[in-house]
Amino acid sequence: MNERVAIVGLGWVGFRPVTPERSYKELMYEAALRAYADAGVNPRRDVETFVTVAEDFHEGTSIFDEYVPDQLGAALKPVHTIGGDGLHGLAAAYMLVRTGQFDLVVVEGHSKVSNLLTLPEVTAYAQDPVLNRPLRLNTHFVAGLEMNRYLHETGTTREQCASVVVKNRYNALSNPSASYGAELTLEEVLAGPPLAWPLGRREAAEQADGAIVMVLASEDRARHLTDRPVWILGVGWCNDSPSLENRDWAQAIYAREAGRMAYRQAGIGNPRDQIDFAEVDDVYAYKELQALEALGFCRPGEAGELTEAGVTAPDGDLPINVSGGSLGVGHVLDATGLARALEVALQLRGEAGPRQLEDVEVGLAQSWRDVPTTSGAVVILGN
Amino acid sequence: MTANIKEFPGTPLSEQDFAEGNILFNYDELRGHFAWDTGIAIGRYLAALKEGIILGARCTTCRKIVVPPRIVCEWCFRPMHEYIPLQDTGTVNTFSLCYVTWDVKRIEEPEIPAVIEIDGASPLHGIMHMLGEVDPPKVHIGMRVQAVWKPAEEREGAVTDILYFRPLQEV
Ligand SMILES: [Zn+2]
Repeated sequence: MNERVAIVGLGWVGFRPVTPERSYKELMYEAALRAYADAGVNPRRDVETFVTVAEDFHEGTSIFDEYVPDQLGAALKPVHTIGGDGLHGLAAAYMLVRTGQFDLVVVEGHSKVSNLLTLPEVTAYAQDPVLNRPLRLNTHFVAGLEMNRYLHETGTTREQCASVVVKNRYNALSNPSASYGAELTLEEVLAGPPLAWPLGRREAAEQADGAIVMVLASEDRARHLTDRPVWILGVGWCNDSPSLENRDWAQAIYAREAGRMAYRQAGIGNPRDQIDFAEVDDVYAYKELQALEALGFCRPGEAGELTEAGVTAPDGDLPINVSGGSLGVGHVLDATGLARALEVALQLRGEAGPRQLEDVEVGLAQSWRDVPTTSGAVVILGN
Repeated sequence: MTANIKEFPGTPLSEQDFAEGNILFNYDELRGHFAWDTGIAIGRYLAALKEGIILGARCTTCRKIVVPPRIVCEWCFRPMHEYIPLQDTGTVNTFSLCYVTWDVKRIEEPEIPAVIEIDGASPLHGIMHMLGEVDPPKVHIGMRVQAVWKPAEEREGAVTDILYFRPLQEV
């Protein structure tokens, strides 16, 4: 069995609102090529098995796993595709190395959302077909319900949620891969058109295309390949009730439990002290606050205040979404968790350029599978 | 086997039961619209079809010539940037006689999908298309065929710019 697993290669392309010059296969290829060059591996000779994440309805092709091997260098190798978020894929790749059967494993996630012309209608297909979908609501309503109850129970304000947008989109200005960098005021965010009250249009992330590939290795292999491995210290994932009728609307229980699972493995008892920075779900602005509380960085109702006080800014005590998050980088659908983990890994390698944080040793990435799910995952990385 | 069973146990459902609302069900239709960016390699392939050319790509490492072209060799993971016009003739690798259409209608005259190894491409590299102008029982593996193109002014940069492949007069 391999006890320790490291990320030894990072490759990505994007993230941009449209990518008309490349097919999704060519996006995947470009990201893979970069990851293999970064890791110094040859996929045909060295990589033993591959994991990809994709949702058939997002791709427009069913049984999508059939369409992934060639552009990853995975032909005639073990490959499987998970219908899950990128962090679920990272968890699967991690476990494959842990089994001891494989020393070098690749995980891939991408978004070609610009090719999906009817995203809201397809997202609505995640609603229960008999109980919920006949009401014919835009699936943002789930976020509206959740945000409303979250504000109600915690006393968090709309202004505090909007301050997440101001922060993350400003952070994105220091990220050359981000699509939605902006310098906005709180008033400008709040003045946006309503989406699903209390949620406003400018508190929901816009989509982006892109692809991310990571190479994972056992400890022995990692030490041969690189002098800056990023260790996977803990992994967790969890699903709450899928039902809209009886879930906990105020808290992200799935994030809390996924976090606990990862903390247990990583030996983290006090996340606020032991984790230097995090990239968390912010597909909707309030989700970032909800995630911080669920992950134990603060008590319920405190995340908004911390954000307003600048604690989660890049120069604060607990930098959150320095990359810009989904609000600033762009929402890359199934690759979202990998985008969060990518930033954590870059920061830990000291390769985050103008947005590099100082003295970071442990970072956390958390993701959510978007409305209407209660499905999330957490990965803790260290250098 | 079921033909030998005279009576089925249970309560049969009729179309009328559905029409009259005796059966509860929920109907919905997905509006999933997609527009795939063809990208570098397939984009070139389609543009060449519009010109009446079948385009392949060559791997300088394993020297395979594949069709349709792609930007990376599946086997070497080396970039492929040599595009090569191929013949519009080839050899049937395999075929089938299909008596049910894509929307599940029975047909008398079969549709004949075939993989055609294109002349100029490496062995086992061919394109999936249809056979036409041929008596179905006469189709055979190894049969030599040639593309029948749409008139140039009607081509639109799609695989359907080739109507079908027909038997080549063998000498
Ligand atoms: Zn080759």
